[in-house]
Amino acid sequence: MSEKNKYQNRRDFVKKVGKWAVALPIAYLGYELIQKTSAQEFVWQIDPYKCTQCGQCETNCVQTVSAVKCMHAYEMCGYCDLCSGYLRQGVKERNTGAELQLCPTSAINRSFIENPYFAYTIDEELCNGCGKCVKGCAAFGNSSLYLQIKHELCVNCNLCSIAQTCPAEAIQRVPNSKAYNLKDGYKPKES
Amino acid sequence: MNKKILYILLFIFIGWNYFIYGQARFPKPEFDSGYNYPEYQITEPISPVWEYIDVAVLLIVLTLTTRFTLKTRSRKSIILISAFSLLYFGFFREGCICSIGSIQNIALTLFNDGYTLPLSVLLFFLIPILFTIGYGRQFCAGACPLGAIQELTGIYPVKLPKTVETILSTVPYIYLVLSILFAATDSHFIICKYDPYVGIFRLNGPSTIMIFGILLLVSGVFINRPYCRFLCPYGVILNWVSRFSGKHLTITPDICTNCRLCETSCPYEAIIPSDLLQEKESMVKSRKKFIIYLILLPIITVGGIFFLQMFSENLAMVNQKVRLAKELRLEKENEIKAISIDAVTFKESGSTLEQLFLEEQQILERFRKGTPWAGGFLGLSLGLALLLTTINRKRDEYKPDQGKCYSCGRCFEYCPIHLEKLELK
Ligand code: SF4
Ligand code: SF4
Ligand code: SF4
Ligand code: SF4
Repeated sequence: MSEKNKYQNRRDFVKKVGKWAVALPIAYLGYELIQKTSAQEFVWQIDPYKCTQCGQCETNCVQTVSAVKCMHAYEMCGYCDLCSGYLRQGVKERNTGAELQLCPTSAINRSFIENPYFAYTIDEELCNGCGKCVKGCAAFGNSSLYLQIKHELCVNCNLCSIAQTCPAEAIQRVPNSKAYNLKDGYKPKES
Repeated sequence: MNKKILYILLFIFIGWNYFIYGQARFPKPEFDSGYNYPEYQITEPISPVWEYIDVAVLLIVLTLTTRFTLKTRSRKSIILISAFSLLYFGFFREGCICSIGSIQNIALTLFNDGYTLPLSVLLFFLIPILFTIGYGRQFCAGACPLGAIQELTGIYPVKLPKTVETILSTVPYIYLVLSILFAATDSHFIICKYDPYVGIFRLNGPSTIMIFGILLLVSGVFINRPYCRFLCPYGVILNWVSRFSGKHLTITPDICTNCRLCETSCPYEAIIPSDLLQEKESMVKSRKKFIIYLILLPIITVGGIFFLQMFSENLAMVNQKVRLAKELRLEKENEIKAISIDAVTFKESGSTLEQLFLEEQQILERFRKGTPWAGGFLGLSLGLALLLTTINRKRDEYKPDQGKCYSCGRCFEYCPIHLEKLELK
């Protein structure tokens, strides 16, 4: 019996020492980390001025239709008839025929406003974030089309899998309170 | 005439404006028809309040699980609470952020200045560990959505051969070390990238991961908790912390009578048998082994250090910048054309090769510094694991191995004393 007690005591002792040996470094780690912590939450967003429309936003998002969508800064748009974001390069006609459109999913709606202006709006249900129109608009237009991560679709991965491969390092963590990098400085309404 | 000058001035003004803003080639139209700019289609991200609700739910779930495993000893309640966690953390909150992945955020914070850690992530990392110090792996028992999906689908436990089990159970250590290394060097978050179940939680995801997830789920019906046992890096931390936990689940609510009924009940090989009824290795033999392993311990550790250091450059290839630099260097020196998207973008961006190579060297340096630590840790844990096999403690009862036991409570019902108490109630 006394032998058992001896073992028991030794075991208890080892356990106690071990417990502190585990608890202290963890407490220290917590202390170190708390200094680099903020109550702010972060989300992922594209910096439109860095993005090169490489096309990975369409394919690399974990969502199978990407959470990245094209957005339109209307106040920057020229409302051109010959929209280089809407029409393929070198097309003769100017109408809404799908074969004339740059967008592979026909997600851009073209509507007549007044002579000579046409408005372009994006149907986000159809947009897959490929950025072809953005590229077209940047090449010959006002660069008013741009890509953004839409937060109602994005699941806010711990590491955005597009950010991981984005060649332009355009996708960064931004504070939750400034969740969009809007090109024309539009501020969403306070809710 | 006057009007014309005004127009010209206006034109210059507008032109100048657009010159400043670079790309605006066409002036902003002025509409006569009363056209208004359309509304932006913007929705705000989910409110940060949710992150704190998550923390609160985590605390409640852990407290309840602790009660169910230690006090009421009810497997049914444990199953219910894991089902809740699976639904809430898994399907409702879509599996992100989880404690397992938070290891990487912690490593990223510790070794990089540019990143601020959200408080909720820190709490997700620490709270389960604190519970484990106190009460064993309660997180694995009831709160982890990955654990829950495996626990609930593990219906027909099959035993793996001992050697296979041992070899596979070293994988989590390697996984842990690599994920910390890659996160600390800001290269990759591999735990998130290869999380097999997150695709199932979201019912959406890259097809390879979906297939991997489904395969793992199906194999998990027989080889219970495959991710927990053979992959989970957070499990490694919890395993070691749990060994020193204050309280821990016991198989029997009272004194073990050595009836051996629970011997095969644990699908995770976590029950250490009592040795009253078993042959023991002779004292001399195990002491000899102990000494040999003790001498081996530093050798394995040093070996680990050098071994992993040798591969530091290969490991650094996980980093996108290092890959890009390598590709462009090949192009420069051997005239193999660099055609990847990264290379093309880099060339368009106008930054210089020198700068890239400098950055590459910095990243490589970090890998050179990090790999010896990683290798040392791997060697040390391997050595310690060997050493521990030789320690032959006297046992007069059947007890769970505090490291491996997930506190799932499957063994309760095998113990006649437990059943008797239930009936008395
Ligand atoms: S991956 Fe980067 S560069 Fe490519 S389209 Fe997306 S944000 Fe733009
Ligand atoms: S964070 Fe995830 S869901 Fe959101 S854009 Fe990136 S990959 Fe897609
Ligand atoms: S071992 Fe890992 S995956 Fe399994 S329950 Fe524990 S934390 Fe979750
Ligand atoms: S509670 Fe622990 S020992 Fe019991 S069956 Fe579960 S893992 Fe095994």
